[in-house]
Amino acid sequence: MDAIILQILNGLDKGSAYALIALGLTLIFGTLGVVNFAHGALFMIGAFCAVALQRLFGLSKTTIDESQVDFLGNPLKVQTPYLESWFGHDFGQALIDWSVPLAILLAIPVMLAVGYVMERGLIKHFYKRPHADQILVTFGLAIVLQEIVKYYFGANPIPTPSPAAFRGSLDFGVLVGFDANVIIYPYWRLVYFLFSGVIIAAVFAFLQFTTFGMVVRAGMADRETVGLLGIDIDRRFTLMFGIAAAVAGLAGVMYTPILSPTYSMGMDFLVLSFVVVVVGGMGSLPGAVMSGFLLGILQSFASMNEVKSLLPGIDQIIIYLVAIIILLTRPRGLMGRKGVMEE
Amino acid sequence: MLGLNRKDTILMLIVIALTLGAPVLLNPFPADSAMAQFNAGYPDLMQRFVIFGILAIGFNILFGLTGYLSFGHAAFLGVGSYAAVWMFKLLSMNVVPALVLSVVVAGLFSVLIGYVSLRRSGIYFSILTLAFAQMSYNMAYSVLTPITNGETGLQVYSNDPQYLLGNGPQVTHLFGLEMRAKAVVEMGGWTFDFSVGYYLAAIMMLAAFYLSLRIFRSPFGMMLRAVKSNQNRLNYTGINSRPYTLAAFVISGMYAGLAGGLLASMDPLAGAERMQWTASGEIVLMTILGGAGTLIGPVVGAVFIKYFENIFSKINEHVLHGWFGWLPDGVEDVVTWILARFVGEGWHLTLGLLFMLVVIFLPGGLVEGGQKLARLLRRSRPDGTTPSNTPAE
Repeated sequence: MDAIILQILNGLDKGSAYALIALGLTLIFGTLGVVNFAHGALFMIGAFCAVALQRLFGLSKTTIDESQVDFLGNPLKVQTPYLESWFGHDFGQALIDWSVPLAILLAIPVMLAVGYVMERGLIKHFYKRPHADQILVTFGLAIVLQEIVKYYFGANPIPTPSPAAFRGSLDFGVLVGFDANVIIYPYWRLVYFLFSGVIIAAVFAFLQFTTFGMVVRAGMADRETVGLLGIDIDRRFTLMFGIAAAVAGLAGVMYTPILSPTYSMGMDFLVLSFVVVVVGGMGSLPGAVMSGFLLGILQSFASMNEVKSLLPGIDQIIIYLVAIIILLTRPRGLMGRKGVMEE
Repeated sequence: MLGLNRKDTILMLIVIALTLGAPVLLNPFPADSAMAQFNAGYPDLMQRFVIFGILAIGFNILFGLTGYLSFGHAAFLGVGSYAAVWMFKLLSMNVVPALVLSVVVAGLFSVLIGYVSLRRSGIYFSILTLAFAQMSYNMAYSVLTPITNGETGLQVYSNDPQYLLGNGPQVTHLFGLEMRAKAVVEMGGWTFDFSVGYYLAAIMMLAAFYLSLRIFRSPFGMMLRAVKSNQNRLNYTGINSRPYTLAAFVISGMYAGLAGGLLASMDPLAGAERMQWTASGEIVLMTILGGAGTLIGPVVGAVFIKYFENIFSKINEHVLHGWFGWLPDGVEDVVTWILARFVGEGWHLTLGLLFMLVVIFLPGGLVEGGQKLARLLRRSRPDGTTPSNTPAE
């Protein structure tokens, strides 16, 4: 029992990331009808927003401290971050410590802008082209974005720690009546899960309870009629693209303490996210979220030692296997609508 | 000739001439001149040209004719390589059984994957093939380690059985003719390498090209084109299109297997990274860049990518400074700084940008670009001949 709870918990954080990326992919697909192979790159750019902010906060000026000497007798050079000299030692250190959560504030405008430019500058011209062309051009864009990031930040993973307050682990087992140290769950993963829950809820609430969201939903159902009613649906869809990019970016920002960002992380997540979207059903937002969590948890179950000794290697292929079975038995995915991408 | 009409015969002859003459044609600069780094006429690179050419020709039979975009084609390349290396380990270093087995195994594997994947079309097909390829890749690293030798990669060891080896050579050979053997001809300042490995691969590519030419012109090819333009209508006329698409898928899988086997024949080594989805992406890049659905396009794309991959990654900031030394100092620094971002390590950036430009502006690839250019030149000729309106082929 405890092992099962542990695996469910372990699956949640990966599942949250899958769900967030798949949600953005589905938003883009449902509104604009575009298959975006560059979505993984957006996730990666979000992660590098956190890296950039960490670097920015870490900028230091070098002063020479006459009162201390190094072993050669020269005066010691001391690096003081600018933030400390501006805001005082304690607050400056706190800012640096909290650079990953604070990067959210940076990532939202950056990702909205990236999404806007991408849609207006490139994707707009591909609405009428076949899906294969959309896949190809966004695939090319993903390579370009990846290489630009690689140029600025190098090819190695960059460690981005979470704030010190979240570095420990929660003894979850004690809370529900198991022995101590049986079910241990890092705080940050809990934060990530809650964060993704908030984001998902916010996106759904936005679509469900605002006039803007209502129009967007109407546009998803029948774009032409909404256009005939005199609503400029294209502009709203452009904004939805920006929001989808921001969702992917935020997923990336908060994921950095779990996985040190590299330029190629987007591609790794992209392949899995597409599988998630297909399993959930193309064009279904709840389906995307649900299958994201489902596949995340399935994957962590498959990596249990008991399962692995029974079916060796199953942890590596479980997601793909599930996708193949779902596609063949329920072609529309778990919650897919009729007539989406069935030409 | 050989069932080809006049135009195709000329095309075939041109391809034969270019392929067989490549060791000379690709070495236009004397060996010790400053431009020698642009020479591509050394066996290692030329082998890659033709091998990836075979791969792209095969991919084009599937994507160019039927419109099914497979994102998992590298799986067949990898399987072919593994099959070939196993033949080297079990029998002898002769490449013939290796190539035969790699084609057969890749063919069987593609029957399996194609049978399942082709039940869906469009993006679902792309994702299914991607899923299968990633599955094979992950399994090659984990469960199948006894067969694939995991991360080390499969290679031939001296204690392998090699039942037919006898006193045969320890390197890959074709009935005694070693793959790495080459005749070096020196003419003035020029050096030309005629390598056995290259010519074997080149002849294979010519055979592959001839076959693809025949498929393009056959009723079978017509049927595949019908699938691309409107599969529903084809189904409504009472034709079951699936056997045709499956045949195209298997043929292109066997092409990929042959390419994998040839790669292993040139260098008896196989690793799982050949099956990764980025490798599949590269095949797609080659075909689209050259021109999907055209006969010669895929080969052009393969040669283009492999050539610039090799040449661009050799250029660095130092070389650029040498080239632009004649510019005023400030301008020179700016120019070299900008260009340096696109060469060397930045080659993938150039490739990505180029690929995007081709998809956006030239959906027919470089071949279409060439045709447009030719038409433009013809139109600007004063004698006023009307440009021909034959469709791109």
